Amino acid sequence: MWQALRTELHPRGIEIVTVGIDAAGAEACRPFIEAAHPEHPSLVDTTHRMSELFGVINIPNGVWIDEHGVITRPVEQASPHPPSDARPFQPIEGLPGRMNEVLDEASRIQVDGRYLEMLRDWAEHGAESRYALDPNEVVERSRPRDSGNAEGQAHLELGAALWARGDQRGAERHWREAHRLDPMNFTAKRQAWSLAVPDGGDFARYLQGPLPGREDEWPYETDWLSEVRGFGAEHYYPPIQT
Amino acid sequence: MLLEQLRVSVDEFEAGSGWALKPQGACRGEVCVPLPAEAIRDGVVDVVAVAQRLGMPVVEDAEAGLWALGPETLSGHALASAEAPELVLPDVDGNEFRLSSLRGQKVVIVSWAPY
Repeated sequence: MWQALRTELHPRGIEIVTVGIDAAGAEACRPFIEAAHPEHPSLVDTTHRMSELFGVINIPNGVWIDEHGVITRPVEQASPHPPSDARPFQPIEGLPGRMNEVLDEASRIQVDGRYLEMLRDWAEHGAESRYALDPNEVVERSRPRDSGNAEGQAHLELGAALWARGDQRGAERHWREAHRLDPMNFTAKRQAWSLAVPDGGDFARYLQGPLPGREDEWPYETDWLSEVRGFGAEHYYPPIQT
Repeated sequence: MLLEQLRVSVDEFEAGSGWALKPQGACRGEVCVPLPAEAIRDGVVDVVAVAQRLGMPVVEDAEAGLWALGPETLSGHALASAEAPELVLPDVDGNEFRLSSLRGQKVVIVSWAPY
């Protein structure tokens, strides 16, 4: 989907860089990257660098950088899709019941369909675009960071390092701390939940919650479905501020 | 930034933390924070001393023999400056890519995940 946008925007002066965030490693990203045939740089972030450097806390998130290397829009939700009429969710036959519940809840997430138009406006007008912010505004609008969520970031990174060493329990220990210290970092949560049941079969990474029949193995206090139901799918992405 | 010891070279510190160590202090873009004299000696950075000044947490996993240096909190924001930090990441085949190689073009960095 980003490749289609790249075909449109690259001749107009915008390069796209996609970053797949996954402590599980490059091979976990490979099938998706190969299917997309990207002509743009397509990178892999196994240590959650995007969160550390830019404040990425969910996906898809986007950051704009101008020709001089100056950020003109800090991290925000970034949908490559134009606005569309949301259709009510229809359960998919053959999927586990809980997977259908997750998909149903995900279909209620409100995505701002303006991102594409904003990018086109920036391509045409550059620094004069109404969406290109001045440097002070960029800093002000970047994610607030206190000592708690900075410490959460350190635990997120330690967890990723231990996961890479094959130490699942060690990774979970740090990721639980990351969740406690930085509860709004949804990438940190989804990363951990997606790796909580590594032998759980095809759906375990997407289910992001206890597997039916193996609930007592779940190592985290919450899971995707209960959290999103708790705060409401409509609050999943902070709205784009224009 | 992941660490196996609390004293690292200036280059390592700069690449890992995104902060440049200059005579006037630790800098990112136009923002510079003065450092105590003992923070850098003979090209070796005392990570804890710099971390204290920039409000960066240092978290230890003693069993693993690792520390993680978290991001700065001095500015109260994820971005201390609008100047883009250098981003160095591999592609799926391990080839290193640098964000700064795209200087002269507009860039949108988009994050995704396979889960």
